[in-house]
Amino acid sequence: MHTELTDNIKRRTRTNGRFRYLVIAGSVITVIPIFLIVGNLAVKGYRQINLAFFTQPAPDTFQAMMAASAGEIIPGGIANGLTGSLLMVLLASLFAIPLGLMTGIYIYENSTKKYAQFIRSLTEILQGVPSIILGIIAYLWIVKNITRGYSALAGSVSLTIMMLPLIIRSTEETMRMIPISIREAAFALGTPYYKMIYKILIPVSFSGLATGVLLALSRILGETAPLMLTALGSPAISFDVTRPVSAVPLLIWDFYNDPNMVSLVWSASLFLMVFVLSMNLMARSVASKHKYI
Amino acid sequence: MSGDRITKALLFISSLTILLLSTGIVISLFGGAIPAFREFGLGFIFSSAWNPTAGNEEYGAMSFIAGTVITSLLALIICIPMAFTTSLFIAEYYRGTRTSGILRSLIDLLAGIPSIVYGFWGFYALRPLLVSTGLSDQGFGVFTASLVLAIMIVPYATSLSAEIISMVPAELKEAAYSLGATRREVIFSVVIPSARSGIIASFILALGRALGETMAVTMLIGNANVIPKGLFAPGNTMASVIANQFGEASGLKMSALIAVGLLLFLITALVNYLGKLIIKRFA
Repeated sequence: MHTELTDNIKRRTRTNGRFRYLVIAGSVITVIPIFLIVGNLAVKGYRQINLAFFTQPAPDTFQAMMAASAGEIIPGGIANGLTGSLLMVLLASLFAIPLGLMTGIYIYENSTKKYAQFIRSLTEILQGVPSIILGIIAYLWIVKNITRGYSALAGSVSLTIMMLPLIIRSTEETMRMIPISIREAAFALGTPYYKMIYKILIPVSFSGLATGVLLALSRILGETAPLMLTALGSPAISFDVTRPVSAVPLLIWDFYNDPNMVSLVWSASLFLMVFVLSMNLMARSVASKHKYI
Repeated sequence: MSGDRITKALLFISSLTILLLSTGIVISLFGGAIPAFREFGLGFIFSSAWNPTAGNEEYGAMSFIAGTVITSLLALIICIPMAFTTSLFIAEYYRGTRTSGILRSLIDLLAGIPSIVYGFWGFYALRPLLVSTGLSDQGFGVFTASLVLAIMIVPYATSLSAEIISMVPAELKEAAYSLGATRREVIFSVVIPSARSGIIASFILALGRALGETMAVTMLIGNANVIPKGLFAPGNTMASVIANQFGEASGLKMSALIAVGLLLFLITALVNYLGKLIIKRFA
């Protein structure tokens, strides 16, 4: 009887220990890819990264082929992609940040109303829409009807639609963490509603709002699919919103499709990844520094 | 008082844009898909034909629906053990420790890597590996795409599952411990049963992500407009066929691609709705 019990306990402790190792092993396997990806890109990509990489537009195939066959570094860089990305992301932020903040505040302020709940559900659906479909939409709306051709404007519209639900959700969630007492104190002092929003809600939740915006930006910076259907890409540096422009992810796609440019893809991917990830980290550090709300 | 009114009006108007955007998206997708559905009827959904030759044009969405469903489900199957163990690591075994914090940040980083970088990495790092195993000649195909997709969706499934596992009341677990249960027994007889629907929902939401993923899949699936014949055979997903062919499409072909987009929209919306519904019930 006694041995039976100790056997039972032994067996159970053994499976318990084994399961713990299984959990650890599974977690290790999960994080391995991040090291592989970062390491791989860093090793193969750093060679091309120099000043020219940021100041010169993408080379043409012929230049790249000549350099590659001579064993040299491919001339040129990603300047046209940088300016294009900058243009479209700025434009998208211009639309999406104010609209997103206001809609988020609206949903929070009216959260008991059926209409606001409906808008919140729509936002959730919008957030789940695959980005390529937003590319189709911006193509149908802007490329076909407004700019009559591929354009930076179309690209930024698709990015705007991607950003909006992200900002709305983060705004609403941040606002919900503000203690009700702060609002009530403001109202008790006779503060008008709009002043309560501008002087209390927004300043108090500022770091949360900033985190939401930064995370949304880091999401759209790496977005490629919708831009393929809207901004198309361009070999030259351009700031005309009615014309096609390039973007860093679009350049990666172009380089990828050109066997002569392979070493540039590593560098461009490395740059994009580092940029997006540091933005991501920045967002999280802003969030953790301001634990007040 | 007028400041109040203006503010309220501004907030309301901006909420209207979401309403306009959503209806606009649905109307545009339906409108764009009409020519294809008029030509092929509902058979468009079930046909696996894809022939853009002028005069002989025939389009159907089935190859791509199959490609999307197969790659996403396979990705989910690969993702489940990874996400499950990692979420237990974060929310149960090493809860609140430094290690768990670091692991969490690493997984957040995994979620931050752009899709096109995953695709490129898969193409140059993962594909040759698969070729060397001899399972596949070119290394393109459903399995390669699913593997990368799985890595991409693990962060979503993990962080949601971890959040839900950490919400299981400590009293329940302590009660089981006090009866002499081991940790593994507590996990399987208390934690998982009480977090079950939330964990399932997190996997459904991860599936919703996988369905719409475009670039990485486009670069790895091999782009063949047929129903994939096996795990290592090439195929195409709904998103990848749009990415590949939309640029040069016009007329009926464009409408067919928009129709594929509409179907993708409906499928992802349905899957996401299901996931959210289960989460709401759980909460």
